[in-house]
Amino acid sequence: MSEIILTPLDQPEVPLEASNIKPDVFAGKTIEEIKNIEILHGNTPVKLSEFFEVTGESSENPAELKIIIDGNVDRTKRIGEGMNAGEILIKGDVNMYVGAEMKGGRITVEGNAGPWAGQTMIGGELEILGDAGDYVGSAYRGDWRGMQGGTIIVHGNAGNEIGEYMNGGKIIIKGDVNIMTGIHMNNGLIIVEGDAIARVGAEMAGGTIVVKGIVHEFLPGFEYLGVEKDIEVDGQTIPGAFYKFRGDHAIKGAKGTVYVAVRGNGHIVP
Amino acid sequence: MEYVKNVVCPFCGTLCDDIVCKVENGKIVGTINACRIAHNKFVHTEGATRYTRPLIKKNGELVEVTYDEAIEKAAEILAEAKRPLLYGWSSTECEAHAVGMELAEETGAVIDNTASVCHGPSVLALQDVGYPTCTLGEVKNRADVVVYWGCNPMHAHPRHISRHVFSRGFFRERGKPDRTVIVVDPRETDTAKIADIHLQVEFDRDYELIDAMRAYLLGHEILYDEVAGIPRETIEEAVEIMKNAQFGILFWGMGLTHSRGKHRNIDTAIMLTEDLNDFGKFNLIPMRGHYNVTGFNQVASWESGFPYCVDFSAGKPRYNPGETGANDLLLNREADALMVVASDPGAHFPQKAVEYMAEIPVIAVEPHRTPTTELADIIIPPAIVGLEAEGTAYRMEGVPIRMRKVVETDLLPDKEIVEKILEKVREVKASK
Ligand code: SF4
Repeated sequence: MSEIILTPLDQPEVPLEASNIKPDVFAGKTIEEIKNIEILHGNTPVKLSEFFEVTGESSENPAELKIIIDGNVDRTKRIGEGMNAGEILIKGDVNMYVGAEMKGGRITVEGNAGPWAGQTMIGGELEILGDAGDYVGSAYRGDWRGMQGGTIIVHGNAGNEIGEYMNGGKIIIKGDVNIMTGIHMNNGLIIVEGDAIARVGAEMAGGTIVVKGIVHEFLPGFEYLGVEKDIEVDGQTIPGAFYKFRGDHAIKGAKGTVYVAVRGNGHIVP
Repeated sequence: MEYVKNVVCPFCGTLCDDIVCKVENGKIVGTINACRIAHNKFVHTEGATRYTRPLIKKNGELVEVTYDEAIEKAAEILAEAKRPLLYGWSSTECEAHAVGMELAEETGAVIDNTASVCHGPSVLALQDVGYPTCTLGEVKNRADVVVYWGCNPMHAHPRHISRHVFSRGFFRERGKPDRTVIVVDPRETDTAKIADIHLQVEFDRDYELIDAMRAYLLGHEILYDEVAGIPRETIEEAVEIMKNAQFGILFWGMGLTHSRGKHRNIDTAIMLTEDLNDFGKFNLIPMRGHYNVTGFNQVASWESGFPYCVDFSAGKPRYNPGETGANDLLLNREADALMVVASDPGAHFPQKAVEYMAEIPVIAVEPHRTPTTELADIIIPPAIVGLEAEGTAYRMEGVPIRMRKVVETDLLPDKEIVEKILEKVREVKASK
């Protein structure tokens, strides 16, 4: 696999928008050509080389190309947006929309990611080793079709409305989440290994949510179905005892499933 | 003394159009029909300090300049900026908004109005799930069940109840006795005191309450005996009243849009309203605050496709509250210049946002001395729309009403000021 290394120079206060940082765009270009790729600085188009040092070797085939961003890009948005193949490794924090509309390939963020990571994702893998903001794997504003496929793994915590309008794929949050996880979810799977504050599965019509930690408050529109042991989801078995709920019956014909670990969650059972 | 009739009140979203102004020597000295808030706006156009000349900060001091100089300086700032923010707009007329949209496009700016700190969440939600609405006239003539959720019109929209709910209507001949008023509010407000039913929802639990109501309405059992501090039976009773309404109306305010969940509270409230339409007729109207906050959302929608938080940085309109809202841009330290028209973020934004305002150039098109003008580098005073200038405004439910000019002034209206800035911006850009 060929590697292109982008070393961030000083990140500006007015953020950069760099949906052009992805193997699909870099592939088949010389280093000089890559330096001249256009990104946005606020409302002004600038060359990539104004804000990044570019070294390494490109490849003709995006699937054979890995872009390494060697540092913090916490003022850069939309890295890897719409990416189809190859790999991006970000060795620091990243701003909003990392991997939005991603269709294939793999992005790893070693630091934290801003909101809307993996927005309307279709395929591929997005892994965030730090925390993620709100709206991981969400829909575009006003759209009712969120994430369709692919996998998002967040090792730290995530914020509100994770998997908003989710239609497929898998989101795993190893830390805690705030409120409204799986809001308006239609399909797919969300696993929260830590705690959730409230409104898990709000207005969900379908799909599955599993919470292994504590759910502080639960919604009254669900139906309690009893305790299930060693649950089967997405072809795998998750060991342990879980309370099972169906809903959210605020929605007509809702068939969503929420599993909440029995341990520590007696307060949400009617 | 002269009486000017049918004046439209330029204060709150109720946009009362029956005000009579008493005018003496070119000044408004009294009003008839106006509520106390409105009366004060009409008779105290001068405020504590009314600016009569444009000002520019030079060496830390504000000095009087001509309109031309202030406009030229403002245009230079906007033309130079990489992420300018044009914010406010809710207390001026739609024709000024239209020019503002053009200016935003020309400068690659983000344009946002005060909705992003009041009913923005409502606008977001109605994009997601729709908007079953009606006019205030229909409410007056037809409504038999009136719900006020998270709002206190007795104080914030003082004539709202008397004009549209307590008044007699075509099908509600006795007025108030023909209507059931439900108030949902954690506090015992003055509006709650006049309600037939007060659901004293626990603070921040509105979403839970609506979730329970919707599940019950669809024939399911509510999971818990008590939700949001309200017993299951009381919730069921309230839903039965709403279900049996011939014509119900849900009004909601900041208590719903800015408690936990924000736009999701509205989303589920709208869906409740939609589901209630399986039984009778039910509508909703947001209790919009500034008299023309609705108008900006209308203008922005028809000009750009998006109602607020419109970002022109990529040369085409984009939109994402949370990223492109005025507060998002200030709190994330993204904006590098700010123009405020007809609002006062200095007084109402979070402290961190205001602190950041002090770090960037601020242009204020503003008639009075406010916390915003204290931070401003350029102050351009306009004529006040509805008193000294005419224009179009939209009432809270989206009915356009022509605002009248009651008295004369030498000051330029907002629209002309923004037009002149736009012209200058084009000149500055052409000269590059
Ligand atoms: S209720 Fe609102 S619109 Fe009516 S007079 Fe009072 S402030 Fe003006």
